[in-house]
Amino acid sequence: MAMTATGGPLTMADAIKQIRADAATYRGIWSWIATVDHKRIGVMYGVTAFIFFLFGGVEALLIRTQLAAADQTLLDADQYNRIFTMHGTTMVFLVIMPLSSAFFNLMVPLMIGARDVAFPRLNAFSYWLFLAGGLLLNASFFASKGILDGELGAPGAGWFGYAPLTLNTYSPGHGVDYWMLSLQILGIASLAGGFNFIVTILNMRAPGMTLFRMPLFVWMTLVTSFLIIFAMPVIAVALFELTFDRLFGANYFNASAGGTPLLWQHMFWLFGHPEVYILILPAMGIVSEVLPTFSRKPLFGYPFVVFSGVAIGFMSWGVWAHHMYTTGLGSVANAAFGVSTIMIGVPTGVKIFNWMGTLWGGSLRLTTAMLFSIGFIAMFTIGGLTGITHSIVPSDYQQQDTYYIVAHFHQVLFGGALFGLFSGAYYWFPKFSGRLLNEGLGKLHFWLMFIGFNLTFQPMMVLGLLGMPRRIDTYGSGPGFEGWEIWNMMATTGAFIIALSIAVFMVNFVRSLRGGEEAGADPWDGRTLEWAIPSPPPAYNFAEIPQVRALDDFWHKKYVEDATGRPVPVPAGASNGHEEDESGGGHGIHLPSPSYFPLIAAIGFPLIALGLMYDHALVAVGAAVVLVGLYGWVLEPATEE
Amino acid sequence: MAQAHAAGGHLETSTGLDNRKLLMWLFLGSECLFFGSFISAYLLYRDRNLTGPYAADLYDIPFTSVSSFVLLMSSLSMVLALAAIQRGDMRGLRIWLICTALLGITFLAGQAFEFTEFNREGLSLSTNLFGTTFFVLTGFHGAHVTVGVLILLSMVAMEARGQLTPEHSLQVELAGLYWHFVDIVWIVIFTLVYLIQPQ
Repeated sequence: MAMTATGGPLTMADAIKQIRADAATYRGIWSWIATVDHKRIGVMYGVTAFIFFLFGGVEALLIRTQLAAADQTLLDADQYNRIFTMHGTTMVFLVIMPLSSAFFNLMVPLMIGARDVAFPRLNAFSYWLFLAGGLLLNASFFASKGILDGELGAPGAGWFGYAPLTLNTYSPGHGVDYWMLSLQILGIASLAGGFNFIVTILNMRAPGMTLFRMPLFVWMTLVTSFLIIFAMPVIAVALFELTFDRLFGANYFNASAGGTPLLWQHMFWLFGHPEVYILILPAMGIVSEVLPTFSRKPLFGYPFVVFSGVAIGFMSWGVWAHHMYTTGLGSVANAAFGVSTIMIGVPTGVKIFNWMGTLWGGSLRLTTAMLFSIGFIAMFTIGGLTGITHSIVPSDYQQQDTYYIVAHFHQVLFGGALFGLFSGAYYWFPKFSGRLLNEGLGKLHFWLMFIGFNLTFQPMMVLGLLGMPRRIDTYGSGPGFEGWEIWNMMATTGAFIIALSIAVFMVNFVRSLRGGEEAGADPWDGRTLEWAIPSPPPAYNFAEIPQVRALDDFWHKKYVEDATGRPVPVPAGASNGHEEDESGGGHGIHLPSPSYFPLIAAIGFPLIALGLMYDHALVAVGAAVVLVGLYGWVLEPATEE
Repeated sequence: MAQAHAAGGHLETSTGLDNRKLLMWLFLGSECLFFGSFISAYLLYRDRNLTGPYAADLYDIPFTSVSSFVLLMSSLSMVLALAAIQRGDMRGLRIWLICTALLGITFLAGQAFEFTEFNREGLSLSTNLFGTTFFVLTGFHGAHVTVGVLILLSMVAMEARGQLTPEHSLQVELAGLYWHFVDIVWIVIFTLVYLIQPQ
């Protein structure tokens, strides 16, 4: 038992008092910098990723403005390359992945009935490394021969950085150096998060929360985390190889020494295809929480959805070469990867039918969160079907490197992942702010975004089939370009409508944070554990660790079924066989202490990166900072006892 | 009893496996992909060298066999270190940790000698594909051994300051898992990179 200073067993009241006293040690900004609380780290992930989302969005608007009409001169070809590279890299690594991490952090401990993640300081370390990597990537704009010299210093070799285009010969300057080193740092951040969430989910579940009683979002976090810990080392190796080639004269991608560009492509896509599921599975998890809540039905075929998610996780390792049909791997390889790619559509299709089955016959409430989830199903289905068209090799030969591909992956990553993430934002905002987002503005946001999205990306399908190449910086208006201008103008108009919808969201967010309607603990009549505790949750989450007896445990605490199978509320005072027992209580509450060391360790990494580019002495300084951070971390006690 | 575990701030876990041990196993799983990718790159490029010096001109198999043997023996002393702390024999722990670290340092010295020797015979990182893939792969392995040595020596220092006591046998076990993993990776590298050579 935990002991107080007087030696007696720690009571709940004492424990809570002690936690308040601890939290009061750091105030204001310092309480955030030293925080190891998963909820605060989740908020920091979300806010930071949203700011990067605005960066990436402005880059998208620059691209669309440049392409609005024929022969535009807003950007020259070189600037255009750099802007679309930054747009892609930012949206994948600094927006969708960390927004998913924000939800992992905010929701997973609450959904499994835990007080924090397994390694709270490692969690803080993940966040600080993510911030460091994001800042380093964007600092490339100011690199030598950068904005200050009237040019853009950013990388310009595309978000997948195909070698040898990324070698010094073809990409001089430091742009690609910033790109590869910041991706390396972001990879370490993701790895640390991946380890943390696997251990948290496997080890920190409340009593009775068996694996098949876990909410779907937790399942998808688990699968995503496994993908992260196995995919990130592969891209790390590819980036190290590129680093040695660029900075130390190695030959991995040097064709004159016998190197082959296929090495990069294999490694990048062996990482890259699991990566697209790292981007989409968390959104699928969110949708699988939102749909049952607003349909007042359990998720249709829960085990099927779980196993489909796991199957997607495994199969995502066997489809990477469908990104490489045109590289001449041979017809056997192309056929094999074509088949595996068509097959991965099966578990994905299973999920779509399960979501529709959840809606079927439910009493639907079309809240903003629900609209975004339904939008997700529709848009993701189109994205999935266009994916099937280029799993077929001869069809892909026609579509490779056209706007059809651009349309496809925006359909799954924007229409899919981002719609799912916005659904989660509307669904869980009240849990952490205590207030509801305004539904009127929310619906305006949804419809503007839905219309803007379709206006932007459906014309790109047509453009791709008309033959407009991806990454083209401008185009003509004469013969050969028939019809390009009108579809491009539509896409550009749509992009600005999306920008407007984001502005509506920001207004809604700020207004609701200050003066939104009070939410209470359970505004949506939710099904999962997070709704059982107050909004916003206290630092320790659960005063008593809950005892879980069923899937959707909280729902079964509130409702029983009548003779016709309809849910009826449990009468006041009745227990429904869920009387609170003391199994989780009595342990006393242990919360991890705030710590600066994760931040210190994280600061060392960008110093090492800058040192590799500019002055090797800085590498030693950075390494020393990392060591100080790590040793301080290991030697300080994890909790105040 | 929950509190017995709380030295590291952990309560009982759902799987019964300590959080830190699970973390280490996951980390090692991830590392398999890391070394696997470097080894794949080495094998892909093994027969694609356009210029010498080639592996066959440089390898000194008897020498590398000896340093491999030294590294393997360090796994034995690591096991003895863990056995010592588990029965509360702190003197034994000290001896075997230092012994493991010294064997690791001996291996690293052998690697440093090998690198300089190869370099003297005209192989650098940028000479050919063999130079690139060999130095980077074995260099990353050497970096892992170096980290392992630092962990072992840190543990020796912590033990001397009384910060590592018989309740902390798990920490030694985790360091041991890492150390054995790095040894196993070397067995794979020694077999695939040194013993099986291109025709």
